[in-house]
Amino acid sequence: MSRIKTVFDRLSSQNRRALIPFFTAGDPSLALTVPLMHAVTEAGADVIELGVPFSDPMADGPVIQRASERALKNHMTLKGVLEMVAEFRKKNAITPVVLMGYGNPIEAMGWEAFAKRCEEVGVDGALTVDFPPEESHDAFLHLQRHGIDPIFLLAPTTDEARIEKVAKLARGYVYYVSLKGVTGSGNLDLSDVERKIPELRRHIKLPIGVGFGIRDAKTAQAIAKLCDGVVVGSRIVQEIEASNEQNVVRNVSALISELRQAIDQS
Amino acid sequence: MYDYPDSTGHFGPYGGIYMAETLIPAVEELRVQYLRYQNDPDFKAEFAYELKHYVGRPSPIYHAKNWSDKLGGAQIYLKREDLNHTGAHKINNAIGQALLARRMGKKRVIAETGAGMHGVATATVAARYGMECVVYMGAEDVQRQAPNVYRMKLLGAKVVPVESGSRTLKDACNEAIRDWVTNVESTFYIFGTAAGPHPYPMMVRDFQCVIGNEAKVQMPEMIGRQPDAVIACVGGGSNAIGLFHPYIEEESVQIIGVEAGGHGIKSGSHAAPLTSNSKVGVLHGNKVYLMQDEDGQIIETHSISAGLDYPGVGPEHCWLKDIGRAQYVAIDDEEAMKAFHDLCRFEGIIPALESSHALAHAAKIAPSMGRDKVLLVNLSGRGDKDINTVARLSGISL
Repeated sequence: MSRIKTVFDRLSSQNRRALIPFFTAGDPSLALTVPLMHAVTEAGADVIELGVPFSDPMADGPVIQRASERALKNHMTLKGVLEMVAEFRKKNAITPVVLMGYGNPIEAMGWEAFAKRCEEVGVDGALTVDFPPEESHDAFLHLQRHGIDPIFLLAPTTDEARIEKVAKLARGYVYYVSLKGVTGSGNLDLSDVERKIPELRRHIKLPIGVGFGIRDAKTAQAIAKLCDGVVVGSRIVQEIEASNEQNVVRNVSALISELRQAIDQS
Repeated sequence: MYDYPDSTGHFGPYGGIYMAETLIPAVEELRVQYLRYQNDPDFKAEFAYELKHYVGRPSPIYHAKNWSDKLGGAQIYLKREDLNHTGAHKINNAIGQALLARRMGKKRVIAETGAGMHGVATATVAARYGMECVVYMGAEDVQRQAPNVYRMKLLGAKVVPVESGSRTLKDACNEAIRDWVTNVESTFYIFGTAAGPHPYPMMVRDFQCVIGNEAKVQMPEMIGRQPDAVIACVGGGSNAIGLFHPYIEEESVQIIGVEAGGHGIKSGSHAAPLTSNSKVGVLHGNKVYLMQDEDGQIIETHSISAGLDYPGVGPEHCWLKDIGRAQYVAIDDEEAMKAFHDLCRFEGIIPALESSHALAHAAKIAPSMGRDKVLLVNLSGRGDKDINTVARLSGISL
């Protein structure tokens, strides 16, 4: 059974929700990414969404844009990200790792080579923001062949027909984008999410994670009541940005612990 | 018969709808609405009326006889898109999309711009039709195209300088897409070139085809036949596809697209993804030849002309290259500058630096051709906006 399914099944049986932190590989430095992965796991993260930096992050707000720029300045590459997951797996065999980013670095490597390497190093899922189901045939075939879950986005603008379409292709979990906007925006409307989730549930049998615009423990807690997993990205990346190399692991751990507590009290 | 894109927006392997999920319903709605109005008699009549009475179409074709004589070979004819209202071909597309936006009930339009010509065209139609307008422009381009920035402001648009990445056209596109994803229900994105997610490459082409359709009527009137070659500069490629597309099935007419060679293809510092055999990749909603490094990161481009300073190219040009129907070449900064000055001095026309690339290629091949041969060059825009750049390169401060 896949790591992603195992984690969500376990949480479900405990009536708990997944905490899914996102941060960009190679930010603030190449050396700190694997320590950060271990630290967030120890502080209570259930799944890690590891960002693969891209030069043109069109769906991201300023915070994650800057993280991408820092990571690229540190010469972070897709190959390098995969090596980091291999390193992480030496000490952690259970926490699912999902690579999240844009399609072009994978196109450049080739989907087959990418999917094969994901399987070898222990990546569990891949989310390419700019590859909707309509353009994901190749990606889907190669990922499936190597047992990597294609994670798809659903948005407030997604209608029922598209939800059905995504339901057929998605594996692992689906990621509901909780607002119209880029990552880290401040206009999250809880009642919108509350209205949309039941519509998604009618077609989506997989766990539903919700992210974009979850900036504090209180919002994380409120969102956790509505879905199966809470994705927090920009807030964590902001913490990384505000820290120095000495205290970044400690600061991010503290933030994850706070989010964990809030979610478990929901 | 040549009939692209297919129903899913692909030109062979190129094109598509590579966008984040939030925007997919928006591009799908745009596709449906465009297909609905494309052949609607009222829409077509209003578009034709605006092109005639507001833009001043048809644009003339001019025989650049002095310059042709100096070159001593093929005769060069110019399709005078520089004489359009706002001074470039961009207005054709901006009007088409604005008319569609109005029918879709959108009160706010946004645009990206490089040289500023598409920004000016969008600001113009927004003023004309009473819409709110925001234009995203790379901070570097805001510097080098200052007159156009002020024109947009005069027309009532808000111009947002984009400080991220290389601070040029591609970054302006990123920022416009971010705006669109945030304001998707109120906002129509007037995309400036024949690229981006389907239906933009098709729709922009269709609106720009007025260029080639007019030329196909005008050339026989002037010289009794079609030209031997049609030549246009290619950044994203909207002026080029507008001229080329009506000629695709005229097999006797050679089609030549001219990319920005910057400091030379070998230098790596250029904006010529087709000529430099760049790998295929995905950016801004479509799969195209794309300037990128080994890891799939988009690399910074260079061109003297802001409008060509873009790492990708429209999907239909990629396909025309693959099937061999069009040929793509590059002209470097210096060659473009020479053509710029030559047209000023010999014909009394100040061409845009973008168009100067097409002119330079015509000047390059004309001398080796017979005097009975005819090259039709798309003079896609006027060069008033470029005088600061040209002066600076000549060591003159204005």
